[in-house]
Amino acid sequence: MFDLVVLVILLPLLGVIVNAFFGRRLGERWVSYIGPGAVGLSFLVALILVLSLAGLPVDQRHHETILWTWIPIGNFQVDLGFLLDPLSAVMILIITGVGFLIHIYSVGYMHGDPRFARYFTYLNLFVASMLTLVLGNNFLVLFMGWELVGLCSYLLIGFWFERVSASDAAVKAFVVNRIGDFGFILGVMLIWTTFGTLHFTEVFEAAEKSLQSGAPVAIAITLLLLIGATGKSAQIPLYVWLPDAMAGPTPVSALIHAATMVTAGVYMMARSHVLFELAPFTGQVVAWIGAATALLAASIGVAQYDIKKVLAYSTVSQLGFMVAAAGMGAFGAAMFHLTTHAFFKGLLFLGAGSVIHGVHDEQDMRKMGGLRSSMPTTFWTFVVAALALAGIPPLSGFFSKDEILATASSQNIGIYLLLTIAAFLTAFYIGRQVLMVFFGQARSDVHAHESPRVMTIPLIVLAVFAAIAGFFNLPGVGSFSGWLGEQAGELNLAVAAISTLLALAGLGLAWLLYGRSPVQQDQRDPLAVRLGPVFTLLERKWYVDEIVDLTIARPFKALCSFLAGEMDLGIVDGFVNGVAWLVSLFSRWLRTIQTGFVRSYALAMLLGAVLLIVYVATR
Amino acid sequence: MNMTLLAVTFLPLVGALVLLLMDNQPSRRNPAVLRWTALGFSVFTFLLSLPLLLTFQTGAGFGSGDMSFVTDVLWIIPWGIHFHIGVDGISLPLILLTTFLTPLALLSGWTSIEKRQKEFLILMLLLETGMLGVFVALDLFLFYLFWEFTLIPMILLIGIWGSDRRVYAAIKFFLYTAVGSLLMLIAILALVVIHANQTGQYTFDLLALKAGLKLDPAAQIWLFLAFFLAFAIKVPLWPLHTWLPDAHTEAPTPGSVILAGVLLKLGGYGMLRYNLGLFPDAARTLAPAIAILAIIGIIYGALVSFAQKDLKRLVAYSSVSHMGFVVLGIFSLNPLGISGAVLQMVNHGLSTGALFMLVGVIYERRHTRLLSEFGGLGISMPIYAALMLIITLSSLAVPGLNGFIGEFAILQGAFATNWIYAAFATVGMILAAVYLLWMYQQIFTGEIKNPANAAVRDLNRREIWSLVPIVIMVFVLGLYPALFLNIIVPAAQSLASQVIQHAALTLQFPFLP
Amino acid sequence: MAVSVTNYTVLSAMLFTIGIIGVLTRRNAIIVFMSIELMLNAGNLAFIAFSRAFGSVDGQIFVFFVLTVAAAEVAIGLALIVTIFRSKNTADIDDISTMRG
Repeated sequence: MFDLVVLVILLPLLGVIVNAFFGRRLGERWVSYIGPGAVGLSFLVALILVLSLAGLPVDQRHHETILWTWIPIGNFQVDLGFLLDPLSAVMILIITGVGFLIHIYSVGYMHGDPRFARYFTYLNLFVASMLTLVLGNNFLVLFMGWELVGLCSYLLIGFWFERVSASDAAVKAFVVNRIGDFGFILGVMLIWTTFGTLHFTEVFEAAEKSLQSGAPVAIAITLLLLIGATGKSAQIPLYVWLPDAMAGPTPVSALIHAATMVTAGVYMMARSHVLFELAPFTGQVVAWIGAATALLAASIGVAQYDIKKVLAYSTVSQLGFMVAAAGMGAFGAAMFHLTTHAFFKGLLFLGAGSVIHGVHDEQDMRKMGGLRSSMPTTFWTFVVAALALAGIPPLSGFFSKDEILATASSQNIGIYLLLTIAAFLTAFYIGRQVLMVFFGQARSDVHAHESPRVMTIPLIVLAVFAAIAGFFNLPGVGSFSGWLGEQAGELNLAVAAISTLLALAGLGLAWLLYGRSPVQQDQRDPLAVRLGPVFTLLERKWYVDEIVDLTIARPFKALCSFLAGEMDLGIVDGFVNGVAWLVSLFSRWLRTIQTGFVRSYALAMLLGAVLLIVYVATR
Repeated sequence: MNMTLLAVTFLPLVGALVLLLMDNQPSRRNPAVLRWTALGFSVFTFLLSLPLLLTFQTGAGFGSGDMSFVTDVLWIIPWGIHFHIGVDGISLPLILLTTFLTPLALLSGWTSIEKRQKEFLILMLLLETGMLGVFVALDLFLFYLFWEFTLIPMILLIGIWGSDRRVYAAIKFFLYTAVGSLLMLIAILALVVIHANQTGQYTFDLLALKAGLKLDPAAQIWLFLAFFLAFAIKVPLWPLHTWLPDAHTEAPTPGSVILAGVLLKLGGYGMLRYNLGLFPDAARTLAPAIAILAIIGIIYGALVSFAQKDLKRLVAYSSVSHMGFVVLGIFSLNPLGISGAVLQMVNHGLSTGALFMLVGVIYERRHTRLLSEFGGLGISMPIYAALMLIITLSSLAVPGLNGFIGEFAILQGAFATNWIYAAFATVGMILAAVYLLWMYQQIFTGEIKNPANAAVRDLNRREIWSLVPIVIMVFVLGLYPALFLNIIVPAAQSLASQVIQHAALTLQFPFLP
Repeated sequence: MAVSVTNYTVLSAMLFTIGIIGVLTRRNAIIVFMSIELMLNAGNLAFIAFSRAFGSVDGQIFVFFVLTVAAAEVAIGLALIVTIFRSKNTADIDDISTMRG
């Protein structure tokens, strides 16, 4: 029965085919049944599978389904196979569950868009690809999903391709991800060269058997995989694509760029945790990268005005928390935060989408304000998610973030400090956002309205999960960690108290600046007034985009046009044409022999004949 | 005697003869009768070639002299020239690629070729026989005959039906390839003479030469290089590639499709069959140097592509990059790399062939190939945009589509030989995303600024159906590459093991002490 | 006095030389052409003489070939000369030098 796992992928794929070929003819009404319906059915199948998986004894929760041998080249054999185990079970529930809600929400959000069917084609394709990623039973199927979700992300970021900024962002996302893939694919190749297989179970068994902890090959493999993870999960130095990715439709940002795809890097590290555990050095690197990203992105989030940009940087920052956890070996905590984050950050994005929808496609928070009364459902669900993100007990984010902080406090105090500051900033920027958007007076004359039911119901469902998901994995009990076969997190009261206090302090600071006297129309941001140039630095994202443009993009373009012009046309082709020119020079000299007079030719022939005779005669 | 292979090889030639006898002015009732005849012959050739795939007995192939569908007749007796044809796992996929692409190429020129239609169709069919002949020939004389025979139709196609600088491009193409071919001719004669001196028997038969020839190291290296130059120009390997952008750009759409789709593969095929097959020791000695050239080509081609303003030139340089992968795979000298190289040749034929067909579509409508002239076509031509997207993705090796399998196998093979090769070649894969997506963006995204782009029609039925077979193959080979790999791998394994078995003799490069 | 093979050879050589001188010195295309024929026939004469002297038939066979080729040459050559005369109104080969490189 576990072979039904194929159905989980096949159903969204069926949706893709129907929507792609018949979507335009079926019209919006039918597409809005088929698109979400396919994912909904897939969720049901996934739920049944996971429940029956849970019914099995712990050591039997591992089922593989092999469709056919994908790449058979001698001893290089890769199956197109799927693996259902506790880890992938968690992921498929998140993907299909949150995915289903976001599909429903999209029906309202994309209503009236001329490319409605295409939108759902892409979205279904994304779900199918993401499921392939997490269900693959070897590194290459994982990589297939990995690339396909990148592709869907490209398509959906550039969905409104008439906007140059959207298509630029799409290309940027794909290319930056490809840079990460460079590492990933080399890692995969090194795995095969080392172990002679790409199959997860076989690789991990071989690694545990044959490698010492700290083996150079393990470090090399994991560092290469890490490059891949920094691309997909938007970590330093490859995070730059994610904020730009907000050019896509907002439900896309919720599904792909918050809840699912960007967590693929974390999933991949959790999946290959055996390798990472063999390479403590890589673990250090991973943890520091995660912590640094968490802090950097949080600091940028403080000074953004675009409602989605704040959330984008928040996502980068929260992914940093997960990556840091993975680096410290707390894969259970990482996965737990991934799960709760899928709920509350998905909800925040959907809420932001609802706001954008309500104020007629305005994204600048300076032009919002006072939406509390006109959009009550959006407001309350947004607040739940915001508090969860800030880490206020007993909402879900508190538990998951606290588990990471507790691990850090016992393992590496430097990382703990970075993450704690990031957590404080998180509370501040999300407080700032809530206050700027929902409180005070309206700062523009658009007439806001609450979104339709089809959009608010997913908000409410997600809000429930964002509130209670923390109880899945209470410290010291740890049913979620147990499910994944990890240790439950320790309860560390001191850490919990400090982070709760800091979260409250962050929210309080936000209240002091933005809540006590709400920002008026055309008034400068109070934080900008107090921080001055520092604020500008943060607002311009530490000038990273400019630096990248100056040091990488421009020299690259210059190199390309140099190679195409001076080098290829000038030197390489010039050499070829130069040879041709020399030949023609020689023949121009040689042609003077050809007088055109028949008799001179005849004389030459005669002389030649005489010479030949003389030569033969005297030899 | 195997009639199937004979029929496949020469049916296009028969078609050309039939066309020759037909009336130049087609009847008013059916103006397309010439085109339909040509298409009919090429489609029938394709259908005839399918039994080859279905009845192929997977065998070790050329590496151990085990060929299928063999016909061997002594032809010119005093010199030991045979009419000897046959296929193995390396040539069969390429034969199918040829028979598959030719009808589609004819369709792509259905309306764009207006002048001298009959001559055009005859040349296309002659070209098909020539290319098939190269893939099936098992006699050096026959091989050389077909090899040169492909050249003539192609220069005429470029020189007569090309665009503005067609004569320059045709002459450049001809001279460049002829230089290589003539050196190869000398090497062929040298092989035969050396063999005759050793055994007292003249033969051009490839299998006999391969089995009976003992070459000293220096001779191997020189003969290897003479063959290699011809193939490297055809592939084309950096820095011998500069004929390609000109030829591609000036050729008419069907010419570009065949040129990119099949003609370049003659080079890769020649390296496998002749360089590796006849001179294994030299291949091993020179492999590192060639691999480095291939990697330079991969990266260089990609970088230069990115700076192109002309759509066809961009695709042409992308071929330099992609065919660099093929050469790298071949000279990884292991089964993975070689299988990957053969598959990559098929994949590149499909995706680049389709890319040229797509470029032809837009050129026929807008009469320009400058990227800056386009923009926003995603709005006016959605079907075109979708097909272009699939082909682009196949070309930039998205897994699940065909391009990935070949490139990954090549990279993995190269990695097994030397990880540094793989590391640099993988950069080429990243860059492919850069220039191809940049190209796609230039054509399809943004607002429509040029009113001419708003008025263009989307694909008509003929254009769609000429691309659909390729798109289907893109998916089939991406998800079930075993269809071809099962054929390729045994041949690749025997070839690779043959190269490695000869390792007893380590060669010194003759220039160096 | 028996006519020996030497006599024939000398005669053949004289005819050949006359032919050469004709080709090299005359300007009229027809005359040049006739001189070429003379050279061919000088060759024929030598062939037949040697054939007779050695008692082999090979030389005579060669002569047949030469005669055939010569006939073909006349057909084409004269046609060319006529065509040239028609277009250029001259048969002087020094006036025709369009093949100058």
